[in-house]
Amino acid sequence: MKSLQISLPGLELKNPIMPASGCFGFGREFSQLFDLSLLGAIMIKATTFEPRFGNPTPRVAETTAGMLNAIGLQNPGLEKVMNEELPWLDQFDVPIIANVAGSQEEDYIAVAKDISKAPNVHALELNISCPNVKTGGIAFGTIPEVAKILTKKVKEVSEVPVYVKLSPNVTNIVEMARAVEDGGADGLTMINTLVGMRIDLKTGKPILANKTGGLSGPAIKPIAIRMIHEVSQHVSLPIIGMGGVQSAEDVIEYYYAGASAVAVGTANFVDPFVCPTIIEELPELVRSLGFEHISECTGRSWKNG
Amino acid sequence: MIKKELCQIVSQAEIAEHIFKLTLQGELVREMNEPGQFVHLKVSDYAEPLLRRPISISDINKDENQFTMIYRAEGRGTALLSERKPGDFVDVLGPLGNAFPIEAASTGETALLVGGGIGVPPLYELSKRLVKRGVKVIHVLGFQSENVVFYDEDFTKLGETYVATVDGSYGTKGFVTNIIEDRKLTFDVLYSCGPTPMLKALENNYKDKKVYLSLEERMGCGIGACFACVCHTADDPSGHTYKKVCSDGPVFKAGEVLL
Repeated sequence: MKSLQISLPGLELKNPIMPASGCFGFGREFSQLFDLSLLGAIMIKATTFEPRFGNPTPRVAETTAGMLNAIGLQNPGLEKVMNEELPWLDQFDVPIIANVAGSQEEDYIAVAKDISKAPNVHALELNISCPNVKTGGIAFGTIPEVAKILTKKVKEVSEVPVYVKLSPNVTNIVEMARAVEDGGADGLTMINTLVGMRIDLKTGKPILANKTGGLSGPAIKPIAIRMIHEVSQHVSLPIIGMGGVQSAEDVIEYYYAGASAVAVGTANFVDPFVCPTIIEELPELVRSLGFEHISECTGRSWKNG
Repeated sequence: MIKKELCQIVSQAEIAEHIFKLTLQGELVREMNEPGQFVHLKVSDYAEPLLRRPISISDINKDENQFTMIYRAEGRGTALLSERKPGDFVDVLGPLGNAFPIEAASTGETALLVGGGIGVPPLYELSKRLVKRGVKVIHVLGFQSENVVFYDEDFTKLGETYVATVDGSYGTKGFVTNIIEDRKLTFDVLYSCGPTPMLKALENNYKDKKVYLSLEERMGCGIGACFACVCHTADDPSGHTYKKVCSDGPVFKAGEVLL
């Protein structure tokens, strides 16, 4: 599978396909179904300093070609992730991208500092875009200067490259991308979910206990494609694209938009075997489109020729 | 072992108002060894509706590699499923979740099986297995009204069966709990599946008994990865400890999780 091998800051990947954070837990459930070493990388569930239970249920609501979720960053906390989840994942030949979350600057810094020391963590994904927590999170992801400063501070303590996960819930995504580039980010991951709501026909009230949730799934793919198309022309950072990816064809569309790797999110819930299926189908698709290597596809939508 | 397979529809019929009985055939039936598990069905080949639908298994036929589900066509997803015809294929993920422990009831003991509405179906396979084990079974089934009553005759063949309807149009008027109290039903083990208020009442009424409850919750992935269906544990009602209904449950011992 030489046509799929890629190099990104901190990441030497056998293929560019990885499950997106929050859609794969810490891999344990999926390890019963397939060999996790098949994956290019794994973006593990967001880790915060303290354990978090998350939001009350209902936490998910289906929408047209998508779903809303308001899990609320449920996770066992830094200590457990360091002592239990990451060592367990070490049995697989797969680099881990650790999603780092928090509600204030100190939380992010504390988590980034420790988790970046884990031997199988090859990069961080700075989660400044979770729409489902009351404080922090989204504020870091919507104000360029705040995002820049946080990126800089996390970069100072991290032992591995830092990718910043951008929120689509902003007026100017390019401005956000430039800000975190200025802050020293090594790459971008985009996009996180879009804030949405569904209301129950009988009760007249929002379905989610949190009222609002993050919209994901095929419904958001055109938005992500447009944003990556814009951002990739204005920053020089590699982009891991995500949002509604379900197939090898979707992966190529992300590449054409400007991505250098692709994460699969909600589709893991629909078909838990979707990542290995895409990885299996990609080489033939790349070849049939006339490319020797998938990286030739990056930015084709805006590059000359 | 969880498998994903396109299973073929053997039969599908409306057995009560909006209540459908669907039988599928596939290799993954080999993995179905316990009563109370569920499968996660993709009801459309497209991205709409996107998510799978969790439906409990009501009957397992190992000889024919077939299994049966009884579900209510309520939303768009289950309505689409109800339109599928024999010969069609359905994308099935399963079996999922943990079963009712039949070993909790010993030969010669009495098990009380209490079902409410669309929580009744998984009790059928459970009852068959308990009977086979030499356990005496008593069924108490609750429905809204006569038009949505199903399977009462099938249960009667396995053991004593009482039906309650909320409006009194069939069986006894009232709730399952009224029947258990009025008839002074005694038992060694209680198994139940149905609406949460019913499960709560049973949990409160029989604190000194062995009680197993099957919970229902909105699910995303069905395999424990998405954290959509979590609940607090009873010993840590506002803390960080949790159980996932899909993969730690759906069957829990009464008192284990906060209802």
